[in-house]
Amino acid sequence: MKKQTWAAWLFISPNLIGFAVFTAWPVAFSLVASFTNWSLERPQTSYVGLRNYQELLGDQKFWLYLGNTVYMMLGLPVALFGSLWLAVLLNRKLPGIAAFRTLLYIPSFASGVAIMLLWKALYNPDYGPINQSIRLLYGFFHIHADVPQWLLSTKNLAGLDVEKVGITGSQFGLGARDALNIMGVWTAIGGNNMLLYLAALSNVPEELIEAAQLDGASKWRCFKDVTWPQLAPTTFFILVMSIIGGLQGGFDQARVMTTGGPSNTTTSLAYHIYSLAFEQFRIGYASAVSWVLFGFVFLATMVNWRFGNRATSYV
Amino acid sequence: MVVLLLLFSAFTVLPLIWMVFTSFKPLQEVEGQNLLPTHWQPENYSQVFTSVPFARYYMNSVFIAAWVTFLTCLTSAMSAYAFARLEWRFRDAVFKMYLATMMIPGVVTMIPNYTLMVRLHLLDSFTGLIVPSAFGAFGTFLLRQFMLTIPTALDEAATIDGAGPLNVFLDVVLPLARPGLIALAIFTFLGTYGSFYWPLVLVKSEQLRTLPIGMMYFDTAYDRQTNLLMAASLMSLLPPIALFLVGQKYLVRGIALGAVKG
Repeated sequence: MKKQTWAAWLFISPNLIGFAVFTAWPVAFSLVASFTNWSLERPQTSYVGLRNYQELLGDQKFWLYLGNTVYMMLGLPVALFGSLWLAVLLNRKLPGIAAFRTLLYIPSFASGVAIMLLWKALYNPDYGPINQSIRLLYGFFHIHADVPQWLLSTKNLAGLDVEKVGITGSQFGLGARDALNIMGVWTAIGGNNMLLYLAALSNVPEELIEAAQLDGASKWRCFKDVTWPQLAPTTFFILVMSIIGGLQGGFDQARVMTTGGPSNTTTSLAYHIYSLAFEQFRIGYASAVSWVLFGFVFLATMVNWRFGNRATSYV
Repeated sequence: MVVLLLLFSAFTVLPLIWMVFTSFKPLQEVEGQNLLPTHWQPENYSQVFTSVPFARYYMNSVFIAAWVTFLTCLTSAMSAYAFARLEWRFRDAVFKMYLATMMIPGVVTMIPNYTLMVRLHLLDSFTGLIVPSAFGAFGTFLLRQFMLTIPTALDEAATIDGAGPLNVFLDVVLPLARPGLIALAIFTFLGTYGSFYWPLVLVKSEQLRTLPIGMMYFDTAYDRQTNLLMAASLMSLLPPIALFLVGQKYLVRGIALGAVKG
């Protein structure tokens, strides 16, 4: 036993040291920093207690950016049902079905700056192919209307106000946040979630479906009352993971495609933290915002642990 | 059903097709309504390399991703072995700590790591780009899950034959954990190759730019030259696509292992 303990520490130490320096210590450090006024532009740092947290709760911008973050998660349920639908379609033995899976998987693993530059070009209001197609359709049906300005517009489908937290009629329409949502759905729909659904579908016992069919259930009833409940753990897992990812998300696309604009409407909390820390160098305040973000993620994780299917435990 | 599938595929594929054709168009055709170029211009691809140090970005990205992948796989395999196979006193406590940090948002640790790099004078260096990314808890978690599925009878037999922990690790567990290691290698390589945030805050000089950073600046400088941008984007997608085609089956298994029980 003694020998194993020695060996264990030798085996784990390279990873554990790296983990301690680049993960564990920074977490503790960041919590302490969130109670200070530390700025890279100020020589003196002192403890300010809860003042950073008070400031952010009273800051209109924080709530606006939280609203942006939540709004830019509205694509998640669309992507989830899209993935499920796609998995159902692909869950059959047809020649060439594997090629379809690969094709549909491309956007998700290739995502990144290259894909964002592609969509930035697609959304160009003047010569982008999306608006060119819309103009063609308008011309065909003799519609006289303005084309969406996509990444240049503060409009959104919920009519969220730009200046304050609220809804106003003049903001209804399609704008930058919707553009990012559509891109997000395109990226996610054929990705890992579809693969998880495919795996879950292949685990649904065939006897159950056959029994339902014998009882004369329609295809839709079979799906709704037999398959869908069997998929519940997978759906729950995907939903919670998407929420956790979505709360922290929205940085890359905002930096590459919109720089957080127009009028900060695509500024998510992650982008806000980046801007506070690396553009304004307000390390203390940025740390406080990141801990509030962590709080939201923690809540989502707790919901997962409390209500999730825990057939397997880790430890 | 087949019609639906084709519709879905069209939604996915049309932007990619547009990207391919646009990358071959002369500049004056980019704003036109034709999908196909009337004049094919493959010189766009070579022009990317002369407009910006694109080869340099490529090499930086692959170099950094290769190092991060190597370090992650090596240290994660060792620690996963200690968690999955060896008996030691604080094992469960340390593992719970690993698990707990996996839900902490990256932005929380990003700021202290940045100040640490400032203090160690590692801003704008390969070391700063590689080392902090090479010890995530995810790799340990994934490989531990994988090793738990390997029957213990094999290493017990080896132990009875007098093999020490190092021999069991090298000769029994590691070869059997190969599919898991390959999945982790692909995940890590793809993740590092595409990573944006950390290089963005760390890199100041042009020689150290990775592909995502270089392409972002390329976009700012050559805003309207969509044909060149699409050529550059397509070229940056080639290594991930090649890696995916090679490692597809390992990837699918890894997603199921790392995610379903996450």
